[in-house]
Amino acid sequence: MKSDVDWMPVALVPVLALLVLPFVGSPSTWVTLTVAGLAMGMIIFIIASGLTLVFGLMDVLNFGHGVFIALGAFVATSVLGAMGDWTGSDSLVRNLLAVLPAMLAAMLVAGAIGLAFERFIVRPVYGNHLKQILITMGGMIIGEELIKVIWGPQQIPLPLPVGMQGTLLLGDAAVEKYRLIAVVVGIAVFALLLWTLTRTKLGLLIRAGVQDREMVEALGYRIHLLFIGVFVAGSALAGLGGVMWGLYQQNVVPQMGAHVNVLIFIVLIIGGLGSTTGALVGALLVGLMANYTGFLVPKMALFSNILLMMAILLWRPQGVYALSR
Amino acid sequence: MLARLLSRDFPRSRVLAVLLVAMLIALAVTPFAIPGVKALNVAAKVLVFMVLVASFDLLLGYTGIVSFAHTMFFGIGAYGVSIALTRMGPDWSALALGIAAALALSFVLALAIGLFSLRVRAIFFSMITLAFAAAFQTLASQLSEFTGGEDGLTYKVPEVLSPSFDFTLFGRDMDGRLVCYYLLLVVAVVLVLALLRIVNSPFGRVLQAIRENEFRAEAIGYKVVVFRTTSAILSALFATLAGAMLALWLRYNGPDTSLSFEVMLDVLLIVVIGGMGTIYGAAVGAGLFIVAQSYLQDLLRIASEAVSGLPWLAALLSPDRWLLWMGLLFVLSVYYFPTGIVGRLRSRAAGHQVTVRQ
Repeated sequence: MKSDVDWMPVALVPVLALLVLPFVGSPSTWVTLTVAGLAMGMIIFIIASGLTLVFGLMDVLNFGHGVFIALGAFVATSVLGAMGDWTGSDSLVRNLLAVLPAMLAAMLVAGAIGLAFERFIVRPVYGNHLKQILITMGGMIIGEELIKVIWGPQQIPLPLPVGMQGTLLLGDAAVEKYRLIAVVVGIAVFALLLWTLTRTKLGLLIRAGVQDREMVEALGYRIHLLFIGVFVAGSALAGLGGVMWGLYQQNVVPQMGAHVNVLIFIVLIIGGLGSTTGALVGALLVGLMANYTGFLVPKMALFSNILLMMAILLWRPQGVYALSR
Repeated sequence: MLARLLSRDFPRSRVLAVLLVAMLIALAVTPFAIPGVKALNVAAKVLVFMVLVASFDLLLGYTGIVSFAHTMFFGIGAYGVSIALTRMGPDWSALALGIAAALALSFVLALAIGLFSLRVRAIFFSMITLAFAAAFQTLASQLSEFTGGEDGLTYKVPEVLSPSFDFTLFGRDMDGRLVCYYLLLVVAVVLVLALLRIVNSPFGRVLQAIRENEFRAEAIGYKVVVFRTTSAILSALFATLAGAMLALWLRYNGPDTSLSFEVMLDVLLIVVIGGMGTIYGAAVGAGLFIVAQSYLQDLLRIASEAVSGLPWLAALLSPDRWLLWMGLLFVLSVYYFPTGIVGRLRSRAAGHQVTVRQ
């Protein structure tokens, strides 16, 4: 039986991790760096998965995706700020009971704004990439300014709940607790996405709609509503990613969306636009590279992503998992 | 003569022609007509952005490429001049060397980005340039030994262009700022006319063909990659010169002045509002936008104070939020006026002619 799964890109992640092991030297430092890199990669993946859904399924280049990230993070500052007793407690359960509603609220708000964004910004420009880039950029400017109107233009701290702070010892390696949580959430999101897209009727319809929209409509499904749902889900994922990213950075600024945008784009280009697995591979590679270079050659940390992207594009100019169209 | 200067690309709308002539006159007489430093600074900024936006229009409007790395070349021009003048002292040879080095660097970088990313999927280009621009901005603020880091560089310009150079004209006391301003005016007009020449040349026609239908252009036998890369390089070189103009005028340069994403947003807003694919649109748009940007904040301040009883409305109208209104204008113009001011004026003028003929 011929396997149609392309394992090469997935193998890149462990290969990269093993390649740097001799350079890092101490195995415990390596474990710390690798877990940190994977955690960062997972958070980036959560954000990027929303965008890759929107692009891959709807063929919309959303340059305003960053604004949902910032929105999610700012909603979380408000929710967590109001739940001081719960975040201040050192019981992990009570912390989770504070973080979960914050995540839910962030996803709801980002999803709702995503609905409006699709209606007023994106819908008039379906099928025109140039206009999509311009108009979603405009949408991001407006969103960022509105965030400044509501929460103010300054940086807001978003401290980790007390129970999630600190490190765990795995052998000699110190691993921050929050990074483990991030890895778990990331795996959950990835599994859920993959399951929905490949194992459910909803996923089947979405994939069929991408392949041949008219045929699916002729079969009596309202593909239009399905696609709006995809956009809302993508925005909600960005909101969730924004909460995770904000907790990771421990502070939020209105411009964070634009900053993270650059990272997500690199991830999507590496992964191949529209591929969920590609986004995961890209995000993990970017996360690992950032942490390894940050430790080995700090001056290079910012360019490591770009060098990585260039290397991948020389190998596969369409990204590691290119969509066939 | 005029046809030659404008490369036979006339405004084709009486309103536009009047607007352009009025703008040119206004730019020419500003130093004498409107007293005060602010007006002169605004006028100089208009000149710089005229060139910068027109160079971006070559890429966006004529070739159909969205690049976010345009401010990188703008910054290279500005840093070329400011680093040369800081290190070698305020003389003309330093200025020339700075501009030449900046042009060379821009050429190499534009060629590299062009060859590298234009051969991958076209939609990657904007994303890749965004990443490059972000990396370059960080690089500029990290290499503080050369670039002064976040603080930027303050330096002196050649004697004749500096405020300390006094002379008398028509019985009035003048200084070097005036010489500098008119130098910029001449350079800006020459560069914009040169861009007009480029887009109306056979080369420019091929770019438009690529913009309209890449596949057909390739099929006719044009090497699309070569034309796109050439367009990207030309556009980068003109942006570099605009950066040099800015550095010469401000006598200061830092990451926020020439490299920041805000500058890129301004460029995007101007080119869309003015009208893509018309060099005139860049000029008119730059004029209107920069003046609005400089004076809208004053207007907003008045409006905000007027509604200070309603904190929400006051926050929306705060002068710091002027970008919100610009963003709204931007989205509305992509939506309703995709051809911008110039496209609108031209199609209206063309429409009139048709009705007259009927």
